[in-house]
Amino acid sequence: MSQATESDVREDGVIESVSGPVVTATDLDARMNDVVYVGHEGLMGEVIEIEGNITTIQVYEETSDVSPGEPVEGTGAPLSVDLGPGMLDAIYDGVQRPLDVLEEKMGSPYLDRGVDAPGIDLEKTWEFEPEVDEGDVVETGDIVGTVPETPSIDHKVMVPPGSEGGEVVSIESGEFTVEETVVELDSGEEIQMRQEWPVRQQRPAEEKQTPTTPLISGQRILDGLFPIAKGGTAAIPGPFGSGKTVTQHQLAKYADADIVVYVGCGERGNEMTEVIEDFPELEDPTTGNTLMDRTCLIANTSNMPVAARESCVYTGITIAEYFRDMGYDVALMADSTSRWAEAMREISSRLEEMPGEEGYPAYLAARLSEFYERAGYFQNVNGTEGSVSVIGAVSPPGGDFSEPVTQNTLRIVKTFWALDADLAERRHFPAINWNESYSLYRDQLDPWFVENVEDDWPEQRQWAIDVLDEEAELQEIVQLVGKDALPEDQQLTLEVARYLREAWLQQNGFHPVDTYCPPEKTYLLLGAIRAYNDAAFEALDAGVPVEEITDIDAAPRINRIGVQEDYDEFVDELVDDIESELQEMY
Amino acid sequence: MKEYQTITEISGPLVFVETDEPVGYDEIVEIETGDGQTRRGQVLESASDHVAIQVFEGTEGIDRNSSVRFLGETMKMPVTEDLLGRVLDGSGQPIDGGPEIVPDERRDIVGEAINPYSREYPEEFIQTGVSAIDGMNTLVRGQKLPIFSASGLPHNDLALQIARQATVPEEEEDGDDDGSEFAVIFGAMGITQEEANEFMADFERTGALERSVVFTNLADDPAVERTITPRLALTTAEYLAFDKGYHVLVILTDMTNYCEALREIGAAREEVPGRRGYPGYMYTDLAQLYERAGRIKGREGSVTQIPILTMPGDDDTHPIPDLTGYITEGQIMMDRDLHSEGIEPPVNVLPSLSRLMDDGIGEGLTREDHADVSDQMYAAYAEGEDLRDLVNIVGREALSERDNRFLDFADRFEAEFVDQGSDADLSIDETLDIGWDLLSMLPKEELNRIDEDLIEEYYEEQEAEEVAAD
Repeated sequence: MSQATESDVREDGVIESVSGPVVTATDLDARMNDVVYVGHEGLMGEVIEIEGNITTIQVYEETSDVSPGEPVEGTGAPLSVDLGPGMLDAIYDGVQRPLDVLEEKMGSPYLDRGVDAPGIDLEKTWEFEPEVDEGDVVETGDIVGTVPETPSIDHKVMVPPGSEGGEVVSIESGEFTVEETVVELDSGEEIQMRQEWPVRQQRPAEEKQTPTTPLISGQRILDGLFPIAKGGTAAIPGPFGSGKTVTQHQLAKYADADIVVYVGCGERGNEMTEVIEDFPELEDPTTGNTLMDRTCLIANTSNMPVAARESCVYTGITIAEYFRDMGYDVALMADSTSRWAEAMREISSRLEEMPGEEGYPAYLAARLSEFYERAGYFQNVNGTEGSVSVIGAVSPPGGDFSEPVTQNTLRIVKTFWALDADLAERRHFPAINWNESYSLYRDQLDPWFVENVEDDWPEQRQWAIDVLDEEAELQEIVQLVGKDALPEDQQLTLEVARYLREAWLQQNGFHPVDTYCPPEKTYLLLGAIRAYNDAAFEALDAGVPVEEITDIDAAPRINRIGVQEDYDEFVDELVDDIESELQEMY
Repeated sequence: MKEYQTITEISGPLVFVETDEPVGYDEIVEIETGDGQTRRGQVLESASDHVAIQVFEGTEGIDRNSSVRFLGETMKMPVTEDLLGRVLDGSGQPIDGGPEIVPDERRDIVGEAINPYSREYPEEFIQTGVSAIDGMNTLVRGQKLPIFSASGLPHNDLALQIARQATVPEEEEDGDDDGSEFAVIFGAMGITQEEANEFMADFERTGALERSVVFTNLADDPAVERTITPRLALTTAEYLAFDKGYHVLVILTDMTNYCEALREIGAAREEVPGRRGYPGYMYTDLAQLYERAGRIKGREGSVTQIPILTMPGDDDTHPIPDLTGYITEGQIMMDRDLHSEGIEPPVNVLPSLSRLMDDGIGEGLTREDHADVSDQMYAAYAEGEDLRDLVNIVGREALSERDNRFLDFADRFEAEFVDQGSDADLSIDETLDIGWDLLSMLPKEELNRIDEDLIEEYYEEQEAEEVAAD
């Protein structure tokens, strides 16, 4: 997190009362949302209410043993993050303290209190390469140089927001720390690689545009049926065990974003450990470098202080916006936004605010929409284009989607991936229910798929949707009378739908090949099923009994397409085999 | 240490005291009643002129004149290796008549969060000898895997069976004693004396007691005390695991009673309630218990948790199982129907789950075919289960041969794979072999979750033909 400068310090106060993460202080001169240090141990907190002489503070650390009478020190600055090279490959807690540095400073695997650390390494030097020359005029947001931050990403050094701009009088390449001046302007302003930004405030941008490029996820059901755009928003609600986190991890691994910001908000410690251990060893399918080279992790696990959980999504999205400003496509995964909402509820109830629905504060909907609204495809201040896509997991109590967090989220997001406990129980993964889910980006993304994959992408997709719809209707009848009572053509439709489900929608995230499916393969696989469908119905029309059609030897091989590395050949051969086998029957 | 006789209000488990000196949040308090008894409590809220205290042992007998002493420290658990073999009450006092405990150290019971960066991802397979767990919902060291049960189901038997049989097969084979021993911490919250006796008898019968520490808060012990019992147990577990190198299995039963106690305190404090009257911070509170399971880089031991909870009304959407499921790494679900069919243990594998399974199994860990076999059995059993509903309506004759095979599979799966009795201790090889035995009833091409090479190696061809010939 950003370190406040000494000159800002205002009048200090004294603790009046302590109740869990909520502390009140008297005589403290602070503004709303200012960061303060509480007690002898200097626990970090944020001002959330001011009433008369009493200031209410939410504390980001455990408050055991803190007592009234201890001092509270103001910093005069709102909760901000440090932005600059060094954020990729990092793992932070909810207030941007690097967890590896904390481990070292605390000398223990447990998170101690009152230890602070800057969000980016202040000592490390980076190789700065100028992008502008002396004499050039620069404005706020302009890119003045680059730093090779990781093998995948060149960090762009920008003129910080709020700068007056001016003519560059001094700039040179070389090794600098993030605090050393790399550019001097004629106004006397000095520009460093590091800048700060208050997390609760959106970073400025020129204009928000309509997104037209899909965020390719490598997951067949998502790319094929419910695509999300670069700059789009999606929600993944589902009961526990339905695979929210696995889906989020798959997206973090395979989405074709330049940068991934993964926010583990109030979830399991071991899940974050898994990411920390796995990502450095996994290959980014776009660049071939390790995934960690494009990833920034924020881990505020369920047992870490609740107030820091409230702030972690803001820390995440601010970092995402910063990379967006450089012209990158950023994907932010927040797992889970329900825990964030619960943190709001917990703080709100300690403040004894009047509760809204199910005890959540009345401002829940406003906070959620504010957050998702920070996503989008933007034209940046410096003229580049960048995007922030936000994918939020939602954990509805009891899997009931009518609860406030799910409902308020659905009012904002345009993609809805509904996870289904039933599918998860039969190990159909990803357990995304194709009847309930939707994507409102479909139409605006179709031109991209037509241009980059195949002309009949939208048409073929519609075919798949129709078959699945028909299956859903037929299943209701089957439940009553059994499959054999259906007419032959409907039995065949069920068989085709079964392949759609088992071979196309289902995808094995643990299989080295099947885990990532490029859109071309998604298209071909679906094409193979459709070819089987067409050939089978022709055979049926020619009078071949349905049992014989469904019994052909080649058809079950459809289920093996997913795991083929050289799928092109495999599909061609398979379709030939299916067609010839069926044609032999009549 | 300052003493006050300024109690202003007593309400349920809460006592409010006027103070003139600041008192730390969470600090421990002793209250002496008129008849000389001492009660312990903890500061729940601290303001400059008064504090709210939650009394662990009940407020009965406390009056305005009782004296209140603030001890100036938070709740601590005295820890030492000598705790092994001891039986303590719900607040950590020995009740087995043994010698006084001389602690090595006194640890804060709230515990600090493990830095996610310092954790080591759990992936060491624990063989419990129970096929429904080993084969389908594998437990690994450092996992938290609760048993979701309901009143009248034999969850205690299953927990005991796991505690008795749990081994790490690799280490056994190597005979490589790396100095890590196995220990069991048993934390009972609000269970009946009878249930407690059952556990104790089993511990004594199998000799497990000498490597166990037992904390018992019984049904007639003060409810508020239940909020500290699991913390004492986990503090002890962490000490044994991360300081002394033990592999600790923590069994906490019954978490439902724990949550009821939380609700009671919340209600007494007139807090805004969350779902069904449980406090809004219950998720955080439970997470602070469950997340104390795990492994730490560079430390020998591990803490594995098996919390048990009984679902009110068999309802897994009730806040207690619901919030637990969102925190723990899966769940083992007990099923009333299976129980009444006499299947032992009555584990319904479909809603059960182990999230850490995928990394703990496979070649070199269990067996190369484990993941595929388990996946295929899930799919096949789910299909068989679905068909059962249909059979009730249309009868077996109306179903295709394929469907009938799946129905048979589901029946045999329950009878041969899940039902093994509480004494059977099956190795993972035996478990998987039973799996193949069952899967071989299905035609090869239906095994679409299994790698072709594995089918070649394990599929029992002949038997399949026999079944087909039936």
